[in-house]
Amino acid sequence: MSAQKDSRPVIKAVSVRKSTKRPRNIVERLFEFWFALCAFLSVFITAGIIIILLAESWPFFQQVSLKEFLTSRDWSPLFSNPSFGIQPLLLGTLLSTLIACGIAVPMGILIACGLSEFMSANIRQYLKPIIEILAGIPSVIFGYFALLVVTPAIQSIFPSLPGFSLLAAGVTMSFMILPLIVSLSEDALQSVPQTVREASYALGATPLETVWRVVLPSASSGVIAACILGVSRAIGETMVVALAAGQQPNWTLNPAEPAATMTAFMVQVALGDLPHGSLGYQTVFVVGLTLLLMTLVFNYLALKVRNKMRPV
Amino acid sequence: MSEATFKNPAINTAKYPETSIKFRHFLSFMFKLLSILGLFLGLIVLLVLIGDLIRRGGDRLSLDFFLNFPSRRAEKAGILSAWVGTLWVMLITAVMTVIVGVSAAIYLEEYAPKNRFTRLIELNILNLAAMPSILYGLLALGLFVHQMKLGSSLLTAGMTLSLLVLPVVIVASREALRALPFTLKEASYALGATQFQTLVYHQVPAAISGMMTGVILALSRAVGETAPLITIGALTYIAFLPKSLLDSFTVLPIQLFNWLSRPQEEFHANAAAAGLVLLFLTFLLNAVAIFIRIKARKNIKW
Amino acid sequence: MVAPQTPESLKISIQNLNFYFGTKQVLKNINLDMSEKKVTALMGPSGCGKTTLLRCLNLMHELTEDARADGVAILQPQDINLLADEVDPLWVRQRIGMVFQKPNPFPKSMYENVAYGLRLRGLKNKTELENRIEKALTQAGLWKEVSDRLQQPAFSLSGGQQQRLCIARALAVEPEVLLLDEPTSALDPISTAHIEEQLAEIKKHVTVIMVTHNLHQAARCSDDTVFMLNGEVIEKGRSQKLFTNPQDPRTENYITGRFG
Repeated sequence: MSAQKDSRPVIKAVSVRKSTKRPRNIVERLFEFWFALCAFLSVFITAGIIIILLAESWPFFQQVSLKEFLTSRDWSPLFSNPSFGIQPLLLGTLLSTLIACGIAVPMGILIACGLSEFMSANIRQYLKPIIEILAGIPSVIFGYFALLVVTPAIQSIFPSLPGFSLLAAGVTMSFMILPLIVSLSEDALQSVPQTVREASYALGATPLETVWRVVLPSASSGVIAACILGVSRAIGETMVVALAAGQQPNWTLNPAEPAATMTAFMVQVALGDLPHGSLGYQTVFVVGLTLLLMTLVFNYLALKVRNKMRPV
Repeated sequence: MSEATFKNPAINTAKYPETSIKFRHFLSFMFKLLSILGLFLGLIVLLVLIGDLIRRGGDRLSLDFFLNFPSRRAEKAGILSAWVGTLWVMLITAVMTVIVGVSAAIYLEEYAPKNRFTRLIELNILNLAAMPSILYGLLALGLFVHQMKLGSSLLTAGMTLSLLVLPVVIVASREALRALPFTLKEASYALGATQFQTLVYHQVPAAISGMMTGVILALSRAVGETAPLITIGALTYIAFLPKSLLDSFTVLPIQLFNWLSRPQEEFHANAAAAGLVLLFLTFLLNAVAIFIRIKARKNIKW
Repeated sequence: MVAPQTPESLKISIQNLNFYFGTKQVLKNINLDMSEKKVTALMGPSGCGKTTLLRCLNLMHELTEDARADGVAILQPQDINLLADEVDPLWVRQRIGMVFQKPNPFPKSMYENVAYGLRLRGLKNKTELENRIEKALTQAGLWKEVSDRLQQPAFSLSGGQQQRLCIARALAVEPEVLLLDEPTSALDPISTAHIEEQLAEIKKHVTVIMVTHNLHQAARCSDDTVFMLNGEVIEKGRSQKLFTNPQDPRTENYITGRFG
């Protein structure tokens, strides 16, 4: 800064007048604050879920050791001599998820490849709604389907199947996550540039060879992300398993048995009457915390995998 | 041009053992067939589901069914409290998601700077969209029911569901705002309007159909939600109509669940009938959303 | 007007070809003979139909809906009409390869890119594969630059190298005809020069038909040139003659730059 005062008139090249876009009065400013608040709500919701689950689980783990929780094979928290091993619930969730994804993933990828490579845009327009309608059906109706249609259907082939089973629930769940996998995979396949396909066809490839050897590998990160999200969805599914798999915790590797999943247990407790603050009440939150952790891991994986999509 | 009619010339140019072209065409055709079969399997599941609902519950659909309260006698049970509860909850959810979801979308599209905080919000919205619905119930149980002492009420239900479907509304509203031409904003700013005025008087009204589509799709999702509402304590046997926001209630899917949980065939028939009503509601909402979208597309003049 | 052609072995004979996109006619009554093991350039202003014509020859137009080719394109010495209904596009594409305007290698290693066509046909023998890959890369003028790093991804190459990789990929299955659709228009001058050099080598083994909008490239590299305008063949002949002494006034106008 010069010691002398500069007496020349100041001409600025850029107007210093504030942009007229800025809020004009206190009302506008309040609204803009409200908009921001609503946006931040999503962060509060996530934080809220985490905090509540942690807060209610903390006292639980003061009374039950982590060791018992993780290693015991008996989950009977409401008995007079309670046992708090999460394994039966975990197994129930994992087994039903495995069955659901084992059916939905190959079928979904098959359908997505068929839609994107073998069908013209016209036909696709009419066939995709079938998948989308499946996606819109409420899960409790799929629960009805699992209990009253799928179970008897399987029983007609395997009469030894009990009225509640993880198998029936898993098979039904596969139709619930099928639309998710089809739609996300098809998006990934469609985003592979046409030039790559042309190169394959010009070398004398059939549509199957093109989609299998070139297009699908190119879209692999998107397709894998779709499957991971399918897994995440199956893990969190509640009504189908609550209605069709039964609500008896059962440490088993055999899907043709009734068993409870983590979500089914939470519903069962919620239907009962547990005093706020009791150990039984807290188990709901503990199981919920486990569910949350698993879901977060899978969602995170899906995001990471999808971000690996090569920019072409 | 059918692959089956190709007659490849019998000129042998093979310099090494080649896989037969016919075989490769065959494999490709089988794959196509399988994928179409897969699609039709989905269609069959859909048809069998609806068919079974009609078969089992069709007879139960009568005026009495809609006007009766649930009862221990299956033939007398009805869904009055259930569908009234559903309507109330949908109303509350709609109002809340519109207010909060559209506001959040406005902030994210028009005001948010491109920094880490914004990225955090967007990541959160993505994550929330993939959260099991029952966890929202747990949040509501701890926060709304006990902390805020709102109890197992209509208000709690509406708040819970609006949190659940918030991502749907935010994404749809953002898309609607993004689809507007830049010239709309330009013209308004050129006349000296503030950002807020431009939004309220020009952008939101122009994007309203896209936003409404989003809200209605969100409602079609919320109408079938069971787990979070069971968790907040929605009762399964309600023989009265809620009269205030803080009253206990039940909704269609919970009534369905309740009837399904009983071993008697007659209650299963009721469940099927209720299922038909629920499906109808879901499809109706989806159809309205699609209708709005089509109509809006016709009306757009830019 | 069609200039008389010195008798050479005929490779492809196009007769009365009309092409339609829906109801719009894009190629009008094309009659052309392409000589074997020569480079024929198709040139003309944008939209004259040269790329459409090229893509008819390996039936790539079937990938587009509403595209219809009406006429005859006879491949010698098999004496087969490429456009006939009973002809299998797969069979055709095994004999007529194509390189596209923008390099489009597969997201795989260089080795797998060149091996792609061979693997499709069922070749599994590693030694055979390696021999053919080396041969193709040499013909494309890329072998010396990449022989030590074939397992690296194709995308690690520069644009010009990727295009030569695509040429090698097309040559690996030993086609009889190679179709080049403006192969150097997306490349820098040095890469362009590389590829043009290789054409002399490539045409010893393969008939080359090249679409180009670059007059000088056509004059430099081709034996025969075809000038097209608005979906019609205006003039065709020996490149040297056509560029120094064009018969049709429209050809002359195009060459001298009065339009383009």
